[in-house]
Amino acid sequence: MLALIAKRILWMIPTLIAISMITFAIIQLPPGDYLTSHIAALQEMGETVAENEIAALRKQYALDEPLYVQYWEWMKGMVWRGDLGMSFEESRPVATLIGERLLLTVVISIATLILTWAIAIPIGIYSAVRQYSAADYAFSFLGFIGLATPSFLLALIFMYIGYSVFGVSAGGLFSPEFQGAAWSFAKLWDLLKHLWIPVLIVGLEGTAGLIRIMRGNLLDELRKQYVLTARAKGVGRLKLLLKYPVRVAINPIVSTIGWLLPAIVSGATITSVVLGLPTTGPRLLQALMNQDMFLAGSMVMMLSFLTVVGTLISDLLLLWLDPRIRYEKRGE
Amino acid sequence: MSEPGDKLSTASQWKLMWWKFRRHKLAVVAALIILSLYFAALFCEFLAPYTLDHRDVANAYAPPQRLRFFSDDGFHLRPFVYALECQRHPETLRKVYVEDRSRRYPLRLFVRGPRYRFWGLFETDIHLFGVEGGGTLYLLGTDSLGRDLFSRILYGSRISLTIGLIGVAMSFFLGLTIGGISGYFGGWVDGVIQRLIEVLRSFPSIPLWMALSAALPAHWSPLKVYLGITIVLSFLGWTGLARQVRGKILSLREEDFATAARLCGASQWRVLWRHLLPSFMSHIIVSLTLAVPGMILGETALSFLGLGLRPPITSWGVLLKEAQNVQAVALHPWLLTPVVFVILTVLAFNFVGDGLRDAADPYAR
Repeated sequence: MLALIAKRILWMIPTLIAISMITFAIIQLPPGDYLTSHIAALQEMGETVAENEIAALRKQYALDEPLYVQYWEWMKGMVWRGDLGMSFEESRPVATLIGERLLLTVVISIATLILTWAIAIPIGIYSAVRQYSAADYAFSFLGFIGLATPSFLLALIFMYIGYSVFGVSAGGLFSPEFQGAAWSFAKLWDLLKHLWIPVLIVGLEGTAGLIRIMRGNLLDELRKQYVLTARAKGVGRLKLLLKYPVRVAINPIVSTIGWLLPAIVSGATITSVVLGLPTTGPRLLQALMNQDMFLAGSMVMMLSFLTVVGTLISDLLLLWLDPRIRYEKRGE
Repeated sequence: MSEPGDKLSTASQWKLMWWKFRRHKLAVVAALIILSLYFAALFCEFLAPYTLDHRDVANAYAPPQRLRFFSDDGFHLRPFVYALECQRHPETLRKVYVEDRSRRYPLRLFVRGPRYRFWGLFETDIHLFGVEGGGTLYLLGTDSLGRDLFSRILYGSRISLTIGLIGVAMSFFLGLTIGGISGYFGGWVDGVIQRLIEVLRSFPSIPLWMALSAALPAHWSPLKVYLGITIVLSFLGWTGLARQVRGKILSLREEDFATAARLCGASQWRVLWRHLLPSFMSHIIVSLTLAVPGMILGETALSFLGLGLRPPITSWGVLLKEAQNVQAVALHPWLLTPVVFVILTVLAFNFVGDGLRDAADPYAR
């Protein structure tokens, strides 16, 4: 068991390195390096940049070195000093710029994941037990609509309904009085009051898919012999359902975090842009618009890192949940 | 089954698939919708009552005009619209449009309108339908510059619908080649490719797409940007297909017919392309159909954010960019109509894909 966990964690390292390489390539993609665009921006504002200052900056970021040296410098700063580089737009370290936004992104993603499960699993169970009932068809139909409507379109529609019917704007995560305030219980409560709209919007897409999976898995399980045997022996319907088939059918759901999480982070990014939430989404868009590649690249990388870590956690969870996987590996 | 058994046993695989697909009513309807959307995209210049850039600044932000059959003098067989009249709201000074019931413009076929070049071949000014005598026909309203939204959606469908196809074609090529290599050779090649796919799949797609498309140089020509965006979309798109191809090949290459071909001296490439590939072609077509909507949504999302296509190229996402803030959506809700087309297309592709999947599975009842 421990060896297996260690193996999974070790496997994460090459994955993370590959992600950082791809991210570094993205940072390097736009023509010219970031310093030239930074200097151009400074000169536009009427500031003069001294030659030796430029040279010092070039040296600091190893810009005249070959690419692999630049990559190495970047990685070294990141791993040893937690230094993600500088944002050229705001001349502040990237790490401080994205810290709080990343936290809110994580909060939204986890809340969405929980909500997705809380909605999808009961509906999936109901749809499977009452297969081909009116409610089953209704949920299937809703599920299809949910799958076809990307979160940002849903956010637009939500915004329109919120404005035209309720006269409120659906944007933001905090009330104005808490915007700049320090964290407190009141602020947390305020956050929770605003959180449900984006969480609902982002969650719908994944919920639809999850209902289908849960329904399919449970239907397969229900047809098996042991269910009939248990019924014949007099186990109550509900007790039987929850104790055996549901438990087995839920396992694959846990393993779907691996693909659900990237989708949630992705959906949260664009929904945040539409709703103007203070998460990484709008900041990433702004950074990309200004070609502030260090900031943008770091954000893409942090989001991917989080996804990989989330997937790892789901793998471990599955190991703990499903004894069959452990025994299979031991038998090898 | 209505076909005689004799015909059934000699029918080709594709014929069997077609018979099965035909019974899936929803999928057939969806397929018809897709066909008509592509048909509309093909002939959009002729079908649209206005051209892409026809401006009517006096009628900016005009709401959709209703097609009517009943006027004050009773029923008309030919549908018509009332004239639009623009007034200023006495208090807010905002433009308000009212219908002028004294002027009726009947809808006519083959009317003369703004000039356009049909497929860039010849110039004409005939449109399938429109109104004559100085009337306006804004079925879905107009945008900030007074351009007809319905016409623009039709023109936009040309971009939105093809970008999915080209993107899928590109992922198809990549997925087939890489997945084929991975499944056929196995061993460390397989290991490396599978890890690469895992890494790519762990990226959240929209942030990665955003970063990649933001890196496209701003001075590129529209055509280059279009191609660039399709490449960006295919960057992640091929992974799913490659996985499926690999899985299929892994199971098929152990089959007797593959061994037989190898024993007869066929090269590895020949076995792969001539023997293995045709036997899972139907599965590939299903996954391709199901991959198109993802591409269409990806393009829409990127263009909506302003990182994808930019005017003068017009796609559904570019059109939606006007509906980005609450004010626009609240005051001019018709700017959201491209959403309807996006959802319709995506749903239709999903249903067709589902129908094809059932039809392609020989073991399904």
